[in-house]
Amino acid sequence: MSEQSEHLVKSFDQDLKRLTDMLIRMGGIVENQVALAAEAIMDRNADAATRTVEEDVKVDALEREVEQYVIRMLALRQPMAADLRLVVAALKITGDLERIGDYAANVAKRSMVLAQFPAPYSLGGLAHMAGLVQAQLKSIIDALGTSDSDKAIEVWRSDRAVDNIYNTIFRELITYMMEDPRNITPCTHLLFIAKNLERIGDHTTNIAETIYYTVKGEVIPDVRPKGDTSAYAIVRPKE
Amino acid sequence: MSATSEQTQSFGGVQARATADMNEPKIAIRKLDFYYGDHRALKDIELNLPERQVTGVIGPSGCGKSTLLRVLNRMYDLYPGQRATGEAMMDGQNIVSPDTDLNALRARVGMVFQKPTPFPMTIYENIAFGVKLHEKLTKSQMDERVEWSLTRGALWTEVKDRIHTSAMGLSGGQQQRLCIARTIAVRPEVILLDEPTSALDPISTLKIEELIDELKHDFTIAIVTHNMQQAARCADQVAFFYLGEMVEVAPAARLFTAPKEKRTQDYVTGRFG
Repeated sequence: MSEQSEHLVKSFDQDLKRLTDMLIRMGGIVENQVALAAEAIMDRNADAATRTVEEDVKVDALEREVEQYVIRMLALRQPMAADLRLVVAALKITGDLERIGDYAANVAKRSMVLAQFPAPYSLGGLAHMAGLVQAQLKSIIDALGTSDSDKAIEVWRSDRAVDNIYNTIFRELITYMMEDPRNITPCTHLLFIAKNLERIGDHTTNIAETIYYTVKGEVIPDVRPKGDTSAYAIVRPKE
Repeated sequence: MSATSEQTQSFGGVQARATADMNEPKIAIRKLDFYYGDHRALKDIELNLPERQVTGVIGPSGCGKSTLLRVLNRMYDLYPGQRATGEAMMDGQNIVSPDTDLNALRARVGMVFQKPTPFPMTIYENIAFGVKLHEKLTKSQMDERVEWSLTRGALWTEVKDRIHTSAMGLSGGQQQRLCIARTIAVRPEVILLDEPTSALDPISTLKIEELIDELKHDFTIAIVTHNMQQAARCADQVAFFYLGEMVEVAPAARLFTAPKEKRTQDYVTGRFG
């Protein structure tokens, strides 16, 4: 992730490059998982759902690999300054990516349950949300590969849009459940799916913060946008 | 010492160093130049040594870091053709000014070198030797001073049964602690350490580092080191020197995580070529 002069010890540069490559590879798999999960819900594609869950094994293995590599580098290279920030960032980013993979797998599992019910309502909002989250994830992995702190900030800001859609979906789903108790099972699954997508957005935001710190050596000079207000939401049945 | 720094110091160790405010300067260096004949070895140095804190000085060989220490107790006076201009103010007195009393200065600013330099005498005499030059003490006062110095030098428990044997019989690490104890014995205000552990094994090194941590409660310390991890472990603030210039000075926690200057960044990450 660093774009500076070379190390006196060449193999250190190779180690750092390998670390970044592992993260990007992991990011690619996770990005694909999110895309497959979205496909599984929208197209009721059971095959996509299965593949999402299967990919999770690879992600978990990569996470362990990155962790071990980071510990090894800390012990053997004793990195300083930008190198230290990158190595610690790798440890954090791998954790965030692993969580994103978990959420994608969970979305996929729920899509299999959902497939047994008639769609209770239009999935347009959810599709839009999934699209946004995927785009953010792609951008942040690009930013990781190019050490682009501006792009990281852009992604960090765009999380508000995801939160807004989530709040809308939350209210909408509760309304459907109140209308007809038979909607409760599919709508609860949809609610979890929406929440999972929202959490993927949050972890993407975390990665954005980590990248910014790694590149700049300082934290993002702004307050994190927190748009998920569903924790305080009350939806009452119409009288 | 300001109220905030007292507060941060009470946390101890790494945490204090990460958040520490710098104390008032014990020595304030301004526009300091140093020449070996025609060669300008220090260029326009601006640096504060905060009181009762540790300033680490790092940089590649020949960057002027040892020269800086030599200026601070006028070691260079022993050599013709070497001169310093500018200011190094300690309590209102410019160290490099010709009217500075060198004996008094060297009692106030002690120095420890890379290689342990015990005198070929007993341990006791090693300590007493310097004290006798500056103070008239009775036998019992001197005994007390020797014990105090060796205790502060973290050596007392190891040598108390043989302080009248030759210092040359001590191990390298013990000899170096003896040199530090000898420096402390004249009760200086500032201690300069020039690569104090580069000739020592890792355990002796850690003992000296622990000692530095202990001593900074009473003394202002400057340590020159090639070992960046050591500077990171010991120093409250670290100054990076390159080709006679002071490139950057910052709290250790900042200098080693997010240095501002590219040259510092390149040096601490090992990219200097």
